[in-house]
Amino acid sequence: MDKNIKILVVDDFATMRKVIRNILKQVQYENIVEAEDGVVALNILKSQKIDFVISDWNMPNMTGYELLKAVRADPEIGKTPFLMITAESLQENVVAAVKAGVSNYIVKPFTAETLNEKITKIMEK
Amino acid sequence: MNVKFINPFLEATIDVLKTMAFVEPTPGKPYLKKDNYAKGDISAIIGMTGAAKGSLALTFSESCIVRIVSNMLGEEIKEINGDIKDAVGEITNMVSGSARKRLEAEGFTISAAIPTVVSGKGHSIVHVMGGPSIIIPFTTDHGPFVVDVCLTEST
Repeated sequence: MDKNIKILVVDDFATMRKVIRNILKQVQYENIVEAEDGVVALNILKSQKIDFVISDWNMPNMTGYELLKAVRADPEIGKTPFLMITAESLQENVVAAVKAGVSNYIVKPFTAETLNEKITKIMEK
Repeated sequence: MNVKFINPFLEATIDVLKTMAFVEPTPGKPYLKKDNYAKGDISAIIGMTGAAKGSLALTFSESCIVRIVSNMLGEEIKEINGDIKDAVGEITNMVSGSARKRLEAEGFTISAAIPTVVSGKGHSIVHVMGGPSIIIPFTTDHGPFVVDVCLTEST
């Protein structure tokens, strides 16, 4: 598994982005860029090569779900692996995200091992 | 408050802190809280509605939350700062989400609002439904914290 992939972490809380960065570091992913909402994330995705997106669901301006739909609708970046993070496993949210083409989702709290497994599984597809 | 609401919050709290911060909290005996004074230095409170209504607050001693957030971020923090305030809100959000998932399995579908963080010695916690709340006290190797739940079944 290539640990040098560039991962975009999208969360409106800077502290949560740090937490995810720390978890990723524990499983040897250190090539990380950050965005505070979907709008910023979309600009980054369009301006540099991103191998993997990890996005929170609830964010101002553009939610993780809206970002997912915008990514999938764009032929240039539409195939980027996309892992959604949620604080709750609401069935309707999961169904909506799957329909919109999410690669997988993870419910907080999660361990570094769980995140690593999800990334590996998605990247091996 | 229905006592069956206590365990989901107790279990969720242990799960969140063990998983995200590698801290193993030990629960004490729950008791009724009759005043509004917080039992620590920093709190986050979150409103809940649906099959049950009320609010959840987590209140941490400074030494305890400094260790928890240092572990979560992988960097040493010395005192309560912006990162700690954000993290207390996020921890409360996660405990609420995890507890509501457990309550949903018992037939109670509950949604939650965005947490509010309050800090300072002697700050107060005012639950949206008013009335007494249940305190679940916890101890850790780094100091105490409490989970303060006030939840009533909707009629």
